Amino acid sequence: MFDFLESGQYDLLGAFWVTVQLTVYSAIGSLIWGTLLAAMRVSPAPLMRGFGTFYVNMVRNTPLTLIIVGSSLVLNQTLLFGLGGDTFKETGFRLAVLGFVAYTGTFVCEALRSGINTVPVGQAEAARALGLSFTQVLGLIVLPQAFRASVAPLANVLIALTKNTTVAAAIGVAEAALLMKEMLENEAQALFTVFAIFAFGFIVLTLPTGLLLGWVAKRVAVKR
Amino acid sequence: MTSVLYDAPGPRAKRRNVLYTVAFLVVLGLVAWWFLGVMAEKDQLTAEKWSPFVTDSEVWTTYLIPGLTETLKAAALAIVIALPLGALLGIGRLSDHAAVRTVAGTVVEFFRAIPVLLLMVFANEAYSQYTDIPSDDRPLYAVVTGLVLYNSSVIAEVVRAGVHSLPRGQTDAAKAIGMRKGQTMTNVLLPQAVTVMLPALVSQLVVIVKDTALGGALLGFNELLSQNRQITANYGANTIATMTVIALIYILVNYLLTSFASRLERRLRRAGKSGGAVLGADAMEETETMGGPGLHAEEARAG
Repeated sequence: MFDFLESGQYDLLGAFWVTVQLTVYSAIGSLIWGTLLAAMRVSPAPLMRGFGTFYVNMVRNTPLTLIIVGSSLVLNQTLLFGLGGDTFKETGFRLAVLGFVAYTGTFVCEALRSGINTVPVGQAEAARALGLSFTQVLGLIVLPQAFRASVAPLANVLIALTKNTTVAAAIGVAEAALLMKEMLENEAQALFTVFAIFAFGFIVLTLPTGLLLGWVAKRVAVKR
Repeated sequence: MTSVLYDAPGPRAKRRNVLYTVAFLVVLGLVAWWFLGVMAEKDQLTAEKWSPFVTDSEVWTTYLIPGLTETLKAAALAIVIALPLGALLGIGRLSDHAAVRTVAGTVVEFFRAIPVLLLMVFANEAYSQYTDIPSDDRPLYAVVTGLVLYNSSVIAEVVRAGVHSLPRGQTDAAKAIGMRKGQTMTNVLLPQAVTVMLPALVSQLVVIVKDTALGGALLGFNELLSQNRQITANYGANTIATMTVIALIYILVNYLLTSFASRLERRLRRAGKSGGAVLGADAMEETETMGGPGLHAEEARAG
């Protein structure tokens, strides 16, 4: 039943390793980009707020597939940016990460913003009344509560990102979904086995993340 | 303008804000200038690359509108099938019988943990082997199957969260006047839950519309995004113009759906017949649809 795996023709672990790498790099990138976006959306300068809102609304309503395919067609093939990648493989990987960061950053931004919104205004007012400075209000009162409230939504964003990395198959990045497509075409007799293997792979990747971060979210949540 | 993060600005803060605004404008302008420069260098700004979308109606009638029709067709089919299926699964998860609960729960958690793309690719291959669906129709079938499997499990969670959001007293009162379990569900809980979750369901449509694009990129489904190859082949390598127009169509369609959802939400909140709880469109988009396993009613309800 699993004999096609022993032929050495398919690099199953390698493909999932690419999936993991895509997820990790994109997660770090979107955390940074999402934080910047969130900072813009809550900033006192109206133009920055406007830009943040505009970007988030545009990108969230665009299909991820369009963003990934566009990063390849527009940036790479039309404008000839290689992002420093030497080979086709490397360039594809970097373009995919860029696309995921651009897309997932908006969801990170909304998660952080909803975290800030859970902090009642009264908390900051009380802190100011006690004579705390702006930095103290932010660092001691508002942000600790906001971060703790953001863990659960951020965990969901991370899980969704893990699943979304499959879209990189659209520009030929050799990750799990692309390998599954290839294997399904070649090993037609083992259709369900192949699907079960990949389904299991993704459950192994997403389930522990969800459980672990869910537990963290419950522990750190501010009870109101 | 009171916020947790800053006070109403005084004269100094106002001056500082102006400074920030100007600095940001300069950065934004420089980026735009640089990008337009690269575009001009690669010959992507010339009029003939962009004018077909305004002057030539054929690019709309042959490519864009048929593509959009396919996209909307797949999305509509998916939602029409996924809604009842998801409702059934959601009610199944609330069942008093452990067996029903376990089966429904397993199905829901399984399909939510798997990328929708894998479901589509698998369905495509399975249809080509075990059915005689003509190969022209297969991508549509595969896309709809993938979307239905994934979204019915998401809808099941919405239904569960909707029923959970109702005050316990509703069930107690139904029991007190002697209703059976089934009657309580169909006559008391579900009608209220539907109004609660309507905005969440409408905004789930946005996700479905977006996900149809997967079929174009990987299964050869002739939806809106896949039209870019035809257009750039026939209208002189105008990749950037084509991608921009296609993206704008998606954004417009989804923006209409999103604003419809939030209008609905406001109306339901004002009507106040639903026990006050409304599953927020935005909250749902962040949690449920971005979500994965381990997401429960409390999070879905936050909003």
